[in-house]
Amino acid sequence: MSIPASGTPALSIREITKSFGQTAIIRGVSLDIAAGERHAIIGPNGAGKTTCFNLISGRFPISSGEIYLNGERIDQLPPHKINRMGLSRSFQITSIFQRMSVFENLRCALLWSRGYRYSFWSPLWMQRELNAQAEFLLEDLNLHTRRDLPAGLLSYAEQRALEIGMTIAGGASVILLDEPTAGMSNTETDYAMDLIRRVTKGKTLVMVEHDMKVVFDLADVITVLVYGQVIASGPPETVRANPAVQEAYLGALVE
Amino acid sequence: MNGAFGKSWLWIAAVAFALLLPWCFYDFHTARHSGFMLSMLSQMGMMIILALSYNMLLGQAGLFSLCHATFFGIGGYATVHFLNAAGDGDLPLPMEIIPLLGGFSGLGLAIIFGYMATKQRATAFAMITLGIGELMATAALMFHHFFGGEGGVSTNRMIDHSLFGLTYASGVQVYYLILAWTLIATLAMFFLTKTPLGRMANATRDNFERAQFMGYDPRVVRFLQFSLSGLFAGIGGALYAITYEIVTFDALAGPLSANALLMAYIGGTTVFGGPVLGAVLITLLQSGVSLMSNSWLVYVGVLFISMVIFAPSGIAGLIMGHKPILRAGKLGQLVVPYIRVLVPGLLLVLGFVGLVELTSFLTIGAAQGKTLVLGGNKIDVHATMPWLVSAIALFGGGAWLRIEARHFRRVWDGLMADLKSADGKAERVLA
Repeated sequence: MSIPASGTPALSIREITKSFGQTAIIRGVSLDIAAGERHAIIGPNGAGKTTCFNLISGRFPISSGEIYLNGERIDQLPPHKINRMGLSRSFQITSIFQRMSVFENLRCALLWSRGYRYSFWSPLWMQRELNAQAEFLLEDLNLHTRRDLPAGLLSYAEQRALEIGMTIAGGASVILLDEPTAGMSNTETDYAMDLIRRVTKGKTLVMVEHDMKVVFDLADVITVLVYGQVIASGPPETVRANPAVQEAYLGALVE
Repeated sequence: MNGAFGKSWLWIAAVAFALLLPWCFYDFHTARHSGFMLSMLSQMGMMIILALSYNMLLGQAGLFSLCHATFFGIGGYATVHFLNAAGDGDLPLPMEIIPLLGGFSGLGLAIIFGYMATKQRATAFAMITLGIGELMATAALMFHHFFGGEGGVSTNRMIDHSLFGLTYASGVQVYYLILAWTLIATLAMFFLTKTPLGRMANATRDNFERAQFMGYDPRVVRFLQFSLSGLFAGIGGALYAITYEIVTFDALAGPLSANALLMAYIGGTTVFGGPVLGAVLITLLQSGVSLMSNSWLVYVGVLFISMVIFAPSGIAGLIMGHKPILRAGKLGQLVVPYIRVLVPGLLLVLGFVGLVELTSFLTIGAAQGKTLVLGGNKIDVHATMPWLVSAIALFGGGAWLRIEARHFRRVWDGLMADLKSADGKAERVLA
């Protein structure tokens, strides 16, 4: 991973579009996200927020445009290569290894970044440092009492915490979180926000979020996406005051 | 780590048992081993390797392969040629090393075919492997030079070159060679499950997309896992060639691939040792029941279907399901319910076997001029009585079993509920 020259955005999206058949979902989105920024993408249902994440992380190919990660072009690369360059994402629908233990989930998330690659000769039980890091993550996520439980048997909030843990485990510098607090109670949301703040310290964070409290609490910059286009982007106060945003989205929610 | 080898006593016991087993059937009067037993035990060894290596795909990587016998077979064919070369003095290698060459043959072919098949996953993968299996089966009949056509290729295992000065003239020496290689292969496959590749195979099985977003290319994981499973299947095939000294089309054709699937599935794909149980059981049925009945394949088929419907985690899964109850010391409470299920269950099985055997003796048996003998009494398959008794046992047993199964379910659920309230952790597990 190259160290970006100062001023190079951590993530730079230039005029990307995406169509599924005849339907244009993303209609020319451009965004620059500075290193260390906490960026929230909001917008009504069907605005293309998750699609945007899928394009950035390489899950779907883009129809046109360019995407740069720390100055390097990534829009033609498969997801695993993008990940190795320092971008990691979580999923809106919890995406963990259901049948494997919680500990095993975290250890797997650590493997590539710790240089194990496809090794079929390193016995995992002897990798002291790796195992210690996985244990540390378990503690950090407050999941140590669930260590040996199959991840599929965790409660919903615990699964979401594990999802975040697996996303940050590889040490990526750019973290994409897709609705990390969706479906949570208020207490759970507070806990999750605390966790996100803690584990993404010093990293670039991009998140899709519906909960306005979370958005205004966490984000330095908010981008509003409506029908596949950016209608506003800037600091929370500016976005909140923007009449177009109020009309399109916030108006309905924030009196 | 304790967890990794916590069950080591079970392994040691199994090995000791396998070491002693031939001597349990030793005839001290004639000072000879039972040829039937040795051949069955040897068969078990190679089937254990086949089933375990198949489970590297099905259970561990979630890959449904339909061509696993291809790599077993190629290991066998190659070994015949290696043995012939060694016998002619062209290959200065001891017998003990030859199975490894068979393994490398399996590995080589698995690399080639794996490159194609592992481009895809799930259903597309299964279809490609089906094609590969058919392709190889056809090739085996076409390329006489290597495969020997319908008659296969044969060899002589007494190559007169051994690390331990053994001739391998007797079946018991071959058995111990097979046992040693079965042990090596099993330990190696177990080791693989504890490596990054083994874990990522599990991970891509559970969720290949997540694995991608952790830096892993699921295709490479599939490819490596597929290739390595071919290595072990090849070792199994080599042992087959050494035991039978002839390898034919059967060693790589579809039915053996299906057998690999049956053994792994019936034994249980979710536990490492599951396929071992399946291999032992199916080999027992194959060698034992096939002597007694023409219809043994019917029983294997019905067993497979029943397992898929009622116990998808296989025999090993069933056993593991009792672990929490055993740990709570409540296994005793299941004894009576088990007996109550077993009695009608047995009746059902007897009724079914009765009807199958009667039918079989009415048709195939009659053609072969055989008569059905039960406990020294000849049974007239044209009389009404045996049919009636069997049918009553089948349907009566079935109806009774349904009632008892419901009772068993209640006891089981009750026990599970007790465990749940006793253990705060388990509460979330079962909720």
